[in-house]
Amino acid sequence: MRALTWHGTHDVRVDTVDDPEIINSRDAIIEVTSTAICGSDLHLYDGVIPGVLPGDVLGHEFMGRVVETGSDSTLQKGQRVVVPFTISCGGCFHCQIQQFSACENSNPAEKQDMSAKLYGHSMAALFGYSHMTGGYSGGQAEYVRVPYSDVGPIVIPDHLDDDKVLFLSDILPTGWMAAENAEIQPDDTVAVWGCGPVGLFAIQSAIVMGASKVIAIDHYPNRLALAKKLGAEVIDFRKTNVREALMEMSGGIGVDAVIDAVGMESHGFAIDNMVDVVKQKVGMGADRASALKQAILAVRPGGRVSIPGVYGGMTDKFPLGALMEKGLQVRTGQTHVQRYTKDLLEKIEDGTLDTTFLISHRLPLEDAARGYECFRTEQDSWTKVVLKPGMEMAAAS
Amino acid sequence: MTHDKPLGLAGTVAGLGIALGGVAFGAFLSQRRKGGDDDAPFYTRKSPDRDQAVLGRTVTIRKPRAELYAYWRDFDNLPRFMENVETIRTEGDHRVWVIKAPAGRTVEVKTEISEDVEGKRIAWRSVEGSDIATSGSVEFADAPGERGTRVSLVMSYEPPAGELGRAVAKLFQREPEVQARHDLKRFKGLMETGEIATSAHRKDNTRAAKQQEKQS
Repeated sequence: MRALTWHGTHDVRVDTVDDPEIINSRDAIIEVTSTAICGSDLHLYDGVIPGVLPGDVLGHEFMGRVVETGSDSTLQKGQRVVVPFTISCGGCFHCQIQQFSACENSNPAEKQDMSAKLYGHSMAALFGYSHMTGGYSGGQAEYVRVPYSDVGPIVIPDHLDDDKVLFLSDILPTGWMAAENAEIQPDDTVAVWGCGPVGLFAIQSAIVMGASKVIAIDHYPNRLALAKKLGAEVIDFRKTNVREALMEMSGGIGVDAVIDAVGMESHGFAIDNMVDVVKQKVGMGADRASALKQAILAVRPGGRVSIPGVYGGMTDKFPLGALMEKGLQVRTGQTHVQRYTKDLLEKIEDGTLDTTFLISHRLPLEDAARGYECFRTEQDSWTKVVLKPGMEMAAAS
Repeated sequence: MTHDKPLGLAGTVAGLGIALGGVAFGAFLSQRRKGGDDDAPFYTRKSPDRDQAVLGRTVTIRKPRAELYAYWRDFDNLPRFMENVETIRTEGDHRVWVIKAPAGRTVEVKTEISEDVEGKRIAWRSVEGSDIATSGSVEFADAPGERGTRVSLVMSYEPPAGELGRAVAKLFQREPEVQARHDLKRFKGLMETGEIATSAHRKDNTRAAKQQEKQS
């Protein structure tokens, strides 16, 4: 089959690789019809995530048609499914209490040590995201082996197009959980840092949850325009003093909840020297943590801090005093996708949520390398790239 | 007493742990009694008090105690999740474990069950004629509420003498604990999900398949 494979920093290629096959009885094989490039894929692309090996197939946002099933899969051939990016067994303690992204079994035993060392506990497995999270082949391919297919994938009715439901795989539940973690009350003012896909979906979710005002912070004009279209007020941090503006826009009280949809993944995966290597590599200074620090200072005393943005390592000069003295609540984590897919599918079906506005480009899988490059370098206009394995090269939009 | 079969390197240990030597077992018991002032398991003590040849590890498995005990008590099941155990055969009252060792060899450990409390605890130790003196025990205790069962594995071992022994010993300084941890995780996964997790893309790429290949 054809698949997008990683070869090194800024070097991804569509290669011919072996087709996957059923290995365990709960597996299914999915023929991919749509798959997206995620902002977090760019960190693999930038070479700042350890444990990626040449030849690894990337991609964790995907959907498709079931073409093969193991004897214990509950899926049927021909069904259309969206596959959560987190791989969860459904049987362990964490899956049972719906903390699916902390699944204890999906990451193979011999691959758990690295994250266990870094974080104190091993991480669950993810599709197409380094060997630290299992080394599973990803979804930017024609076919994918999906483990635990009886608990993960959600079946999609035929009348809903791929574009409408693809984001159930990651960014829609991630934006939704970000808003949920902000514990939004009806009269709340909520500020969201970062108007990438997750930030925009968090804005949309916060509005659906009844926030009286949502304020979006970014500097890309097109992304701010999208936020505005969703009903947010916007702040361009290049032109405006963000904290002062937030105080004024919340009546001098401070915003009730803040959502950091920026993250700073590239801040290393290990120890301090790693952080430095990374900083050099991506030419980024410590101020990249500024979104979260600013959010903690901007939120009102007793307010809530929600962090969907991805962090991998450590940070310094963290405003711990503000966190404690203001009595803030912090909630964060990889998304428990399986917890939200059913409800969010209903909200898509009844029209409460429409996520198709986000897609700026649709490309054939063969053109995936260009998709990565443009998604990285032209962030304002390339808001979201969807790859279609079945699409002809000439049909890209 | 080495054997011709090639063996994988590392690893070895969990399997090893499974067998026991009487001497080591005695040492392990006295070690256990040599507790500190706190309530922590003896094997979590900081060095230098800690005996590096004894290791312990606990996992919680969301299954009833009786079911987990029964699965472990059927020793034929163990090679399913103990990566370094090649085969187990029965010889009278004993079981002979063929375990992968460094430098492409295997070691054999002949074990007897030294304690068996239904649903709670199984202990074993190696007897004369084994390449390695080793002992181990696995305990099953109810976890609070609906959380299932806490499974604790404790093992001790003494490497064989001679050249092989030195190689094994070198390895054991770091490997047994890793191996035990991985094996216990695999046991947990097998019990909770019915399968051993693998990120392989094709059957011939699984760890099990690769190991078979190495041996043939």
